[in-house]
Order: sequence, then structure tokens, then C-alpha cells
Amino acid sequence: MATHTATLAKTGVQISSTRRIVMGVIFLALAAVIWFYFGQGMNPELVTTFGLNSAGSSIMLPDWVFNTLNTLNLLAGVSAALGAFQLARGFGKSTNLVLGLVVAFFLFAFLSWAAAGASLNLAGLLRTTLQRAVPITLGALSGILCERAGVVNIAIEGMMLAGAMVSALVASLFNNWVGLLAGIGIGAVLALIHGVLSIKYKADQIVSGTVINIFSTGMTSFISAKFLQKYQELNNPAIFAPIEIPLLSKIPFIGPILFTHNLFMYGMFILLFVLQFALFYTRWGLRMRSVGEHPKAADTLGINVIRTRYMAVTLGGMMAGFAGAYFTLGSVGRFDEVMTAGRGFIGLAAMIFGNWNPFGAFGAGLLFGFADMLASRLAILGVRIPSEFLLMAPYIATMIVLAGVVGRSQAPAADGKPYDKE
Amino acid sequence: MAKKKATRKSAAAKKQPAKKTTKKTAPVKAAKPPKVDKAPAAAPKGALGIFLQEISAAPWMVTALAIITGLVLGGLIVALTTEQMYALWSTSPVEGLRAGWQAAMNSYTALFHGSIGNPTRIIEAFQGGDPAAIRSAINPFFESLNKSVPYIFAGLSVALGFRAGLFNIGAEGQLFMGAAAAVYVGFAVTGLPAIIHIPLALLAGAAGGMLWGFIPGLLKAKTGGHEVINTIMMNYIAFRLSDFLLRGPLQRADSFNPISPFILDSAKLPRFFEAPIRFHLGFFIALGVAFLVWVLLFKTRWGFDLRTVGANPDAARYAGMNIVWVTIAAMSLAGGLAGLAGANEVLGINHNLAAAFSSGYGFDSIALALLGKSHPLGVVLAAILFGTLRNGAIQMQLTAGIPIDIISVMQAIILAFIAAPAIIRTIFRLRQPSHGEESVRVRGWGG
Amino acid sequence: MAPVLELRGITKRFPGVLANDRIDLTLNAGEVHALLGENGAGKSTLMNILYGLYKPDEGEIIVKGQKLEMQSPTDAIRAGIGMVHQHFMLIPVFTVTENVMLGDETTKLGGVLDRAAAAKRIREISEAYQLAVDPDAYVSDLPVGVQQRVEIIKLLYRNADILILDEPTAVLTPQEADEFFKILKTLTERGKSIIFISHKLREVLEIANRITAIRLGKVVGSTTPKQANETKLASMMVGRPVDLKLDKKPAKPGAVQLKVEDLVVADDRNHVTVDGVSFDLHKGEVLGIAGVQGNGQTELVEAITGLRDPIGGRITLGDGVDITRAHPREFTELGSAHIPEDRQLDGLVLSFPVADNLVLNTYYNRPFAKGIMLQEDAIYEQADRLIAEFDIRTPNAETSVGSLSGGNQQKVIVARELSRPGSLVVASQPTRGLDVGSIEYIHGKLLEKRDEGVAVLLVSSELDEIMQLSDRIAVMYRGKIVDIVDAKTTDKTKVGLLMAGVRDKARS
Repeated sequence: MATHTATLAKTGVQISSTRRIVMGVIFLALAAVIWFYFGQGMNPELVTTFGLNSAGSSIMLPDWVFNTLNTLNLLAGVSAALGAFQLARGFGKSTNLVLGLVVAFFLFAFLSWAAAGASLNLAGLLRTTLQRAVPITLGALSGILCERAGVVNIAIEGMMLAGAMVSALVASLFNNWVGLLAGIGIGAVLALIHGVLSIKYKADQIVSGTVINIFSTGMTSFISAKFLQKYQELNNPAIFAPIEIPLLSKIPFIGPILFTHNLFMYGMFILLFVLQFALFYTRWGLRMRSVGEHPKAADTLGINVIRTRYMAVTLGGMMAGFAGAYFTLGSVGRFDEVMTAGRGFIGLAAMIFGNWNPFGAFGAGLLFGFADMLASRLAILGVRIPSEFLLMAPYIATMIVLAGVVGRSQAPAADGKPYDKE
Repeated sequence: MAKKKATRKSAAAKKQPAKKTTKKTAPVKAAKPPKVDKAPAAAPKGALGIFLQEISAAPWMVTALAIITGLVLGGLIVALTTEQMYALWSTSPVEGLRAGWQAAMNSYTALFHGSIGNPTRIIEAFQGGDPAAIRSAINPFFESLNKSVPYIFAGLSVALGFRAGLFNIGAEGQLFMGAAAAVYVGFAVTGLPAIIHIPLALLAGAAGGMLWGFIPGLLKAKTGGHEVINTIMMNYIAFRLSDFLLRGPLQRADSFNPISPFILDSAKLPRFFEAPIRFHLGFFIALGVAFLVWVLLFKTRWGFDLRTVGANPDAARYAGMNIVWVTIAAMSLAGGLAGLAGANEVLGINHNLAAAFSSGYGFDSIALALLGKSHPLGVVLAAILFGTLRNGAIQMQLTAGIPIDIISVMQAIILAFIAAPAIIRTIFRLRQPSHGEESVRVRGWGG
Repeated sequence: MAPVLELRGITKRFPGVLANDRIDLTLNAGEVHALLGENGAGKSTLMNILYGLYKPDEGEIIVKGQKLEMQSPTDAIRAGIGMVHQHFMLIPVFTVTENVMLGDETTKLGGVLDRAAAAKRIREISEAYQLAVDPDAYVSDLPVGVQQRVEIIKLLYRNADILILDEPTAVLTPQEADEFFKILKTLTERGKSIIFISHKLREVLEIANRITAIRLGKVVGSTTPKQANETKLASMMVGRPVDLKLDKKPAKPGAVQLKVEDLVVADDRNHVTVDGVSFDLHKGEVLGIAGVQGNGQTELVEAITGLRDPIGGRITLGDGVDITRAHPREFTELGSAHIPEDRQLDGLVLSFPVADNLVLNTYYNRPFAKGIMLQEDAIYEQADRLIAEFDIRTPNAETSVGSLSGGNQQKVIVARELSRPGSLVVASQPTRGLDVGSIEYIHGKLLEKRDEGVAVLLVSSELDEIMQLSDRIAVMYRGKIVDIVDAKTTDKTKVGLLMAGVRDKARS
């Protein structure tokens, strides 16, 4: 008996040590790429110039100039050291934090390499990254709301698209605020349909989400083709003006990056913090998560599973509607057919990447936003890697995360399962 | 012995429709039979009553009513989005309603003319006897069949996945990879006779799609990574890859646009008529492949493995089946079928590959696989329906000014009814089927 | 003293089953009232009614003198009733505090959780009742025994004074169970009243003040530990011997067909549930594995049939073939048959036709397949033959198995497994939930196999079944075989005692 317990315990240790080694190898691999791919053959005389002023900067900062090769070697060295430590000892609970650090080093090294002998506006890049992250993060938050209560939502894309169109249309007729509300409202309506199909009629949640996606894509394109293109005045909303936050926006470097955006950016940050707090620190969040993890247990404690799920799905739809309004009222100022271009699905991936956690999803959203931004910029810089491959990176990363190589992502236990009171 | 065989044959003939009901959508879970059996006493007696009762419990009834309801609601949307209706409404509501009705009728007439053909024109053309005029008059019908070809392949792909308990949302990406591979073989491999070149290009297309299905299949079987997310990711990777290919290795030498060279004549799928009819061999290849899929699923032991794994993995394990292998194989095959969809489009219709050449096949094929109950015959019929609607919608857009996207809306409505048959049963007061409803059920994220 | 709880004439029908038949029950303050009965006797249904999860068809519930109309568990909680379910209702990714406070949260302004206050109360409760738990620990990290304490704290946190404990020791190790009984003593000392559901005789005698036995949905008797002993309880729970004697020929045991040596198997949670089991099974005999469910029988069968790899020991067939880690298909091909415990989960594909289910593990062999092609004629020919031979009531061979009755579903499995030539049959709970006719039929078929010289391993938690069919009986208790006895020289009471882990009395 004792021997068997011992063997079991050993396999437990082996599993976690496998993960430690995989992580260590990943760190070393990133270090190796910095060292060999970026660093080798680099002219030691080359310098990288990073601009630190973006649009709206009031205090001009001088450019940041440094020797490329030395920086690369330094970053490679530090990453390799972290990898070696991870292999030997492991960082334990802070492994993910170190992973984030190494990835950040890698991205910085990449940018330094890309801008070797040239100049790159770092502040501008970061500002754009943040902007691109907004709809993705909001989409992920929509997914988190639904799935934390146990309803899979692959219809984020469709809800976003509907939100984009309706908000543009209504904003053109009335004003932006009414348009925004209408966009949020249409998200809620579609979410309710998803809810009725999947909660009441217990249709498969992925099929039901597909229904919403097809419907929304068809309906928005239909209305766009039938009305918006004919009557241009119906598709001419104003864009929410940027709001410079007093004082904060004057902070050098950070100020213009963070505090010179319009409503949607601040909205995203507020919703992000509110949701993170509400999920983990309030009664509302506790009950919602219990419904997503173990609805039967919640039911035995007197929590209304069905009502909670409807509530969560509707809020998720409103979030997606808000994300959709970003495209028309926050960015483009016009509705184009299929303009969300898969951001909803990327949001879904960001949700999984971020482990159904708002902050995690924001981190993933930044990563996706960064890749999105790079693809357009690097073409200009003439980097040797085709931009398409950079754009693929986040998708591949998501698949790796899903495969459990970098630690298993943990979906709510009852996610996707209809609740049958029996 | 002989007698026994004969009874079985005749029984089989009778049971043909029944057979379809038992071999419905996979992964299937027979829902529990209704707890309380409602006494059918309230139903009217007499032959008609019994007939109505029988028919209302028939499983195809929901499908038929879902399609009809979808078409009606589509018409309603057309009517409600007609400007004249509102303009006339203020003067006379009756006139307004008439305008709405007229708009709906006009669009469905245009849809019919665009998808099947204009009967008057066809009769006139045949009376006139001018071959070109005849071809042009009957062209809509053949173009509808052409349109249904990629739907058949992609629908089979999704259906095969369902049968194995897998949800393939990646038909779009697999289709693109198939198209890219087929086009490459079509223009880069020279000096082959058509009899070799065409199959080679088709095989290349299947292989391209297969690779795109194999990866999520492997991940699902080995790590439990959910195929829904992984196939969506594979879709985006395919789009980026095709962007890259069309700006690099596959780009036409004399063009700045992301477009591939035309394939060689030896790789083109033969067409059966002169212009403008583009009807090509692909349609029959699709029917043949559908037949093969049917044989594979229902007549071979591999299909038995696949359906068992899809319907009840625990029982499959008990019966000694290799679930890992079946999952990988099913996902690869599904990818291959979607790849063939892409290959047929480039080899039969477009003859080259352009960016954004596919639009929405992935999601449409999910809808039609569900509509066809994941049965190859059902998929073929649903695909022809979708192809016909899509094709007719082009005419509808031109003559009645109704955007083509109304078809997607109708598809979504039909799919909603298929996914939640209880809605249709409530609306039309249909009887509950005695064995309970069967429905698609996907396993949760992360395995 | 007026009882704190009174159930009067509770009746509950499910389609085709009378789960509770006019049950009366009273619970006095500060007592432990044990509800004794076999699996499926209707105990859990009764308790789910009491907890507001089911509505009774007839009867009333009176709590502290007041009639109670319950719509949901909320009403039960309000009336001071709390329940620990057989399968814990805990959320693994939540902390102890979160699990306990869920549904009855302590909050600050605006619905913000006051975890500190809740944790403080949990600490107070855990001190008062000696229920040591760490409020900040995650439930998934806790051993089962501690999880159970969390469940009890959940009830105390809601000020429940009527506690329903459904098979609370089923998942506990012996040490944990002893610990748990101490907790129950503390609880009753502080005025809590407890309904204790169990089928384990010894612990009922140890912990209860009063005992009520239920059988087939009816109360069959009440007693107290002072008046009763294990023998009496066993006969109460199992019922008077039913005169259903099978016409059984004497066994002619032959050579050893299955040899299990020192087998150790772990379950999905990596707990060792089969702990050093050894036995020989001879040709031409039925070896019954008796035991209360959950004592390792499931894992034992899974290990033998190839569905679960053992972590130690050896399984060999008569001709010396080692099947310790054999694949299920190898097991089948070596001439062995398996009637699985859960027919709908493992044994059948409900959406498939009867014919396909009849070849579920032979479809790839001739004559059912040639090359890769299935031979439908052969499959249906065999189906027609088996449907006739095994009296499967189905409209035809193409009907989906899911639409057949439970008895006919099981006959499909029996037909498939017993129609194959072979030398070993492993039958796990072959008649669970079936009607008497099907039971008799399946029993007859198993004995027929035995008389043909096949070795039959019968695993069942139905004592009657074991007694009727077996030639030898091995009794499993907590993963070990307590004893192997000769069926001719033993009686139900002795086996019942062995099932409760009592060995010495059964010997005497």
C-alpha cells in the first residue's frame, strides 16, 4: 500500500517538473532566437532609435538611441539566465510572471532588431497597440461574462457586428450617445436570443452561437446594402472625441499613450477593473461563478441557475454591443460590411489565453493588438519576416496555450453544459 | 432462408424512412422521452386525423417546416424593409401592405428566375431554337448546381466531423488551403495530360485541407485542446498564409494584385456546355464523394468506429476502438473534404486564386450539415437548396434590389429552428416524437 | 417531547416506479435517526423531497409543529433543514470560505464580499464543533474527509438544526469515518438532530439512536441499536428470503480460467480502491463478488476487462496468457465476454440500431466485415437470430436501442456477450434496475453458460442475486476480499455481515 502511494506521488511531481522544464526550454529558446537570429551578423556599429513622443505629446522627449547589438546580447543573456534558473530550480508560483517578462524582453529585442540602423516611434507603437486591444479586450470580457456563468459564447463576433451597425445607424439619426445605447441594446437582444435557444430550449450552445453569427452577418450586410449605401446620411455618425485627462495626459511618454483617447479606451479600463473586482470580490460574482462551475451545488444553496445565466448572457451581449460600437463610433465613423473582421473570435481566443480572467484577457488583448499593429508597421520598416507570419503568431500561441504546454487553461467546469434540474 | 431474406428486403424497403431517423445527427444523445405522455385523445379522429397525427410526428416534418418558416420570415423581412410600404402606409395602410406583399413576391420571383430560370424565357428560347438563347435561358439552373458544389463538399466535411463527435468550424480555412494547393499544382506542374493533371490537382487540394484538419485533430486527440477554438485559429492562420502566398510564391508574375496565375487547361475541370453555362464535372465528383462518404460512414467498419466514437466514446472504448486514431483520422478526412471544396472552385470555376475568394462557406456549411442531419444525402439536398438560394439571390439583388445577404438571414432562422425543434413543434402544434428529440451536443472546452 | 420533524405518508412516483410508498418518519431533537436500506430502496428520493429538490405526490412534512410547503431548497434552508449530499456539492476552485458563504453571503456595502467576517464565523463554528478546517484553503486541495467537514460547516453556517447526511461514510477511509462519528456526537450534544442514511450495518449500530429500514420504497421496520444486532439488521434491510429458487444443477468446476494475483487498482482520483485482491475462477463455476457498492468492485472489473490499467499485480487467463494490461479488444478476442456495469454508458450506443449494438465488439471480424466493408446481411441475419434466441422485444433489428425498455436493452448486451463462444464471462450488475422477468431470464442464461463449462465472474450488490447464482462467494470490503465462502454452506446473513466488513461473527 505504502509503495503504491509513493508511486502516485512521484507521478504528481513528474507532471509539475515537466511543466517546469518546458517553461525553461521556452525561455532558452527565446533567448536563442534573440542571440542567433537577431544578433548574429548584426553590424556592431548599428544603433536603434526609438521615438518617445506620440500624437498629442505636449512635452517633447529626446529620442532614445542605443547600440543594437549590445542590447540584444544583454537581453539574450538575461533571458538565458532566467531560463537556466527555471530549469535548475524553477520560479514556482511566479513562473507565469517570469514568462511575461521574458516575452516582453523578446518583443523589445525584436523591435530593436527591426529598427536597427533606423528609427521607430516607440510611443506611437504602444499607443496604437493599446487602441487595437480595445475591441479585442471588450470582446473577451463579453465572453468571460457568459462563460463564467456556464454559457459558451462564440457569437461575440456577431454581437459586435450588430452593435457596430446599429450604433452607427442610430447615431446618424439622433446622436452618439443614443447610438451607443442602441448598440449596447442590440447586443443584449441577440444575447437574449442566444439565451433562449441555449438555456430554455437547450440547443447546443455552439450551434446557437453560430446561428447568431450567421444571422448578424447577414442582417447587417443586408441593411447596409439596402439602406446605408443608398442613404449615406444614415451612415455618417460622428466619432466620440478624444478626452485628454487633465494632468495625467501631461506625464511624459506615458501620458499621451494612456490618457489621450476617447470614451471607449477609458470605458474598457473601467469595465476591466469593475469586472475583475465584481467577479472575485462581490456576491454577484461569487454566485455567477458558482453557476458556471457547479450549477447543481448552486441550486442546492437556493441560487436560481437559470436566471443567473440569462443575466450573465445579457450582460455579455451588452459588452459585445459596446465593443461593436467602438468600430463605428470610436474608430472609423462609418459602418462597413463585416468590419469587425474576426475581432470577436480573437476576443474569444484572448479570453481563453487569459484563463477566463479579465486582467489576463487584457494581457492577451495587448498581445493580439501588438501583433495587429506590427503587421502594418513592419511592412514600412522592411523587416525580413513577412508580416503575415507575425500576424499568425498570436493564433499559434493560442493553440499552444490550449494544448496545455504552458500550463493548462482552466475553463469553468460547467461551461457549455445546459442545466437540467433533475 | 430465402424466405427470411425476402422478408428482410421488404421490411427494409418499408423501413427506409425509419432508418434515417435512427441514424440521425451525430454526436447524438437521445434526449429522455417526455416524462408525461400526453394522451392523444384530444386529436380529431377519422382517417384525416390519423394521417395528420402520423405526419406531424415524422422527423422530416420539422425540417420541412423550418425551411418554409425561414422562407416566410425572409419574405417578411423583405416586406418590412420596403420603403414604399411606409411611404404608402401614411395614405392608406391597405396600399402599404400591398406594396410590402408586392416587394416580397417580386423578390421571390426574381429568386426563382435567378436560380431555376424564367419559364417564359425558357419556353420562348426553345421555340426560337437558337442554341445560345436556350443555353442562356437554362443557365440559372446549372449555375445553381455549380454553386452547390462547394457546399456539398464543405457540408460533408462538417457532417463527417459531427458523426465523429467533432465540431469542425474550420471548413473555411481548410477550403482555402485546398484551393491554394490545387491552384499551385494546376499552374506549376506542366506537361501532364488532363487525365492525370486533374486528379493530381484534386488530390493536392484534398491534401492541403487534410493538413489543416489533421493539426486540430491531433491536438484534440493528444492534448484535449478543443477543436472549435483550434479550427477557428487555423482559419486565421490559413487567411494569413494565403495572403502571404498570394504576395509571394503564388503571385502572378505580371500582376501587382494578390492573384495567382491561371491554371493550365489540362487542370481545368471539363465543362459540359458552351458559354455561358459553366456547369462542370465538379458537381458529379461531389455527388460521387458524397456517395463514398455515405459508404464510408455506414458500410465500412471504419465508419462504424467513427460513428461509435462520436455517439458514445465510452462504449467505443469498451468495444476496443482506438479513439485517438479515430479522432485524428476523422478530423483529417473532414479537412480533406473541405479542401476538395476549394479545389473544385479553383479548378472548375475561377481557374485561379484571388485573395478573399471564399466567403462564409465555413459557417454556411455548419448550417447545412445540421439541416441535412449529418447524413450525406441530407447534406447534398441541403447544399443544393443553399446553392440554389445563393445563386438566385444574385438575380434578386439585380432586379428586385434585395441584397444577397437576406439568404444568410434565412439560413440563420432555419438553423435556429433546426437547433431548437421545440420552437417549430410549438408553433405548429406538432406531436412529440415518441423516442424523444435527438440533437447535436458538443463537448465542453478543453476536453 | 414533540419531534422536530415528522414525515407523514410521503409518496413519490416516477414513471414506472413507486419510489416512496406512504413513508412515515419522525425525528426527535438531539437524536441520530438512521435510515437503512439497500441501493435503490428509495432513501435518497425521500431525502430529496425533504430538502425541497423533489415535490412529493402525496403526504406532508411537519417541521417543529408546522406544516411545510416547499418549492425549492431555499424553503428547506429557511426551515432549518440542511443536507450533505452523497456527491458533495462543493466547488473545487473555490476556497472553503467561498463555498460556505455561497448563497448566504456576508457582505459589506454594495454587495462586496466580507470574506474576513465569514472566515471568522467559520473559525468559530469549526472551534465550537471541533471541525478543523482552514477557511482560506481551496477545496480541491482538501482530502475527502475535510471536504465533508466543509459540507457540515455549510449547514451550521446556515443555522440548520436538522441535518440530513446521505451515505456520509461512503467516501471515507476507516480513519476518516471514525473521526466523522466523533463529529456527529458533538453535533447531537449541541442539540442538532440528524438523519443518517446508510446501508452499512456496523456504523448504523454504532452511531444511531433509532433505526428505520426501508425496502422497495416502504418502511419495513423500526428498531434501536439496543434491540437489534447486525444479523437482525441485515435481514431487515435485505428482506425475507424470496422464494425464487433457481433450478440449479451442482457445479462441476474444472481448471482455473482466470487468475487474479495481488491486484492493485486506483480510481480516477488516484485513490487505491482495489488493494491486493487475489482469487481463482474455475471453469464451470460462478464466482460471485458480493459487496456494498463502492468497495472496489467497479475498478476490479475494469482492470480485468482491460478498461483500466492496474498499478500492481497480475491477471492471467487459464492458458497462462497475461492480460494484466490487455486492451479491451484483446480481452474480447481471447474468448472473454463482459457485461458492463452501466449498460447505457458503456455497453450500448443508444442511437444505433439493435443490429449494430449486437456486433459492437465483433463488427470488424468475419462474417460481419470483409476487408473494410461491413456485411449488413450477415449482421442482420445474426441480429434476427439473436433477437429470436434471446427473446429481445423489439419491433425489428433496425430500431434504435435507446427506444427499448431497460430489460430489453440489457438482453441486447447479454445476447451479444453470451452468444460468442468463449470461456470467461464477467458480468457486472447484470440485472440492476430490471423487471423480474428479465432478471430470471438473464440468471438462467448465466447458469446455462456455467453448465457449458464457462467460468462466470458475477459482480453484484444484490445479495439475493449473488446467493442464487454463485457457487462460491467472494466478499469485497474496502478494496479487499474479506473472505471467499462456499455458497452451499453459507447463508444470507453471514454474507451480509461480511459485506459490512464483519468477519469474525460470520465465521462463528
